[in-house]
Amino acid sequence: MVIDLNLLLPEIFTGLLGVGLLVLFFLWRGEGVVRAIGYLAAVGLAVAAVLAYGTVALDTSTLQGTWLADPLAGYFKVVFLLSGVMVALLSLSYLERLGESLAEFFILLVFLTLSMMVVISAGDLITLYLALEFQVITFAIMIGYRRREGAATEAALKYILLNAFSSAILLFGLSLLFGLSGTVDISGIAAAVSAGSPQPALYLAVIFVLAGLAFKVSLVPFHMWTPDVYQGAPTPITGFLAAGSKAAGFALLIRLFLTIFAPVSTVWTTVFVVLSVLTIILGNFVAVPQTNMKRLLAYASVGSAGYMIMGLIAADVTGVEGVLFYAFMNVLAILGAFGVAVVFANATGRDDIEAYAGLSKRSPLLALVMLLSTLSIAGIPGLAGFVAKFVIFWAIIDKGLVALALLGVVMSIVAVFYFLRIAKVMYVFEPKEETPIRVAPAARIVLVASMVLTLVLGIYPAPLLDLAREVALAVLR
Amino acid sequence: MISLTHYLVLAAVLFSIGLFGVITKRNAIAILMGIELMLNAVNINLVAFSRFIEPSDVVGQVFAVFIIVVAAAEVAVGLAIIIALARARQTIDAEELHLLKW
Repeated sequence: MVIDLNLLLPEIFTGLLGVGLLVLFFLWRGEGVVRAIGYLAAVGLAVAAVLAYGTVALDTSTLQGTWLADPLAGYFKVVFLLSGVMVALLSLSYLERLGESLAEFFILLVFLTLSMMVVISAGDLITLYLALEFQVITFAIMIGYRRREGAATEAALKYILLNAFSSAILLFGLSLLFGLSGTVDISGIAAAVSAGSPQPALYLAVIFVLAGLAFKVSLVPFHMWTPDVYQGAPTPITGFLAAGSKAAGFALLIRLFLTIFAPVSTVWTTVFVVLSVLTIILGNFVAVPQTNMKRLLAYASVGSAGYMIMGLIAADVTGVEGVLFYAFMNVLAILGAFGVAVVFANATGRDDIEAYAGLSKRSPLLALVMLLSTLSIAGIPGLAGFVAKFVIFWAIIDKGLVALALLGVVMSIVAVFYFLRIAKVMYVFEPKEETPIRVAPAARIVLVASMVLTLVLGIYPAPLLDLAREVALAVLR
Repeated sequence: MISLTHYLVLAAVLFSIGLFGVITKRNAIAILMGIELMLNAVNINLVAFSRFIEPSDVVGQVFAVFIIVVAAAEVAVGLAIIIALARARQTIDAEELHLLKW
């Protein structure tokens, strides 16, 4: 057996980075160690992102098929690592306020990113399950990081209970797939499943796997945990949940449903249409009366999942291209918005929307980033979010689902409504206090970069769209 | 003679009992126990499939061992969070965990 370790280069690098930072943390416990480890983690993850970008063009596997290095894996690794870099830089200013901060926050963050990378490269069910649980356990620890605070611990408990529950459901579906094919290899299962006519057990497996993954990407009615966990978690980690964890869930949906479950696509597309309708309606309408910024963004993020799932309903190259583009733009927009929330809460200690009154006078940068990020999530033309939604709507209209696309457009208008309410609070209302808000350099890099990329991708999306199309073609080949 | 169907029915019943426990129990530890039942149902499935469909290959058994290990790790973290919560809030009753609600 020949093992091509070059295919695992980004993961080996990320793993060594995490272990190296851990050793560094044990050896050097002086002043400024947290700051140094934070910057090292961000730089290291950025280097890993460059390495991962080098694997996008590959289409092969190693370790007897348990490790896939294909365009889908490469693309999503870049997405995870990019969000990892942004979260690390945002956490730097978050931990400042926390006071009793420890560098293990960044070390866990590196391993969290690694777990997502393994999820998407897993070529068999055992690796897939191990990586998913690796991700759940690490996230639970990060969410409950402020263990003396009731709300954070409550969020961590809700997260681990509901995700362990959903993993068990997913696993039951996977065990049925093993029974149907006698192998745990994803490509082997796909070959065995498509060989004969679909058996009843395959439909059962579809339902279990679908329910398990719907929990992870928080589609209505499997979304109950999302707002609570998003509100209680440390804000940078909330951002990572909404950007990285959601992308990982969709990567897995693409991997499993467009290969293994392709022969029974008529069944699951119907289910996805129902879930998509429920998700975009509930996510957007419940966001309207929210008074807490993190909770509002949580519901907006639930709504986003409803749009992304439309790309899977189309189940063709354009649809997958749209999901891939959406995942990338979602990282920029949602981390831009949560980034503003991190910096704002640092300065004022508040998360409620009322406190944002007159933000444009206290910090024009924060107000502008929040405005552009939220409007990008809503899908205003000229911003990256519009392109993502446009491609996905195009794909489903092509499949004859005009009504679903229309509903999507109407719900986007609802999103514009509640996001403009925030804009009004920030730009029109008078500030209660005049003190300007200081933005730390690390956070400033993230905010400016996310804003610039959102604008650039909105006006000139061609390079990323081309890349996404190539990846989508490779997925459906 | 015990056939594959018997094992699958046992697993399905065990899974349903676990699912029922997760949905109806209010104590966080009882919910964790329900999840354990569901995972054990999956283990029975895997080992039975492995024994009856692919007897020469032990991949199903290996999968089950991995699930047992990961479940133990998950329970460890889950119980740690429950202890932290019990210290901070003096309760682990799921109904009383409503600090986060709109």
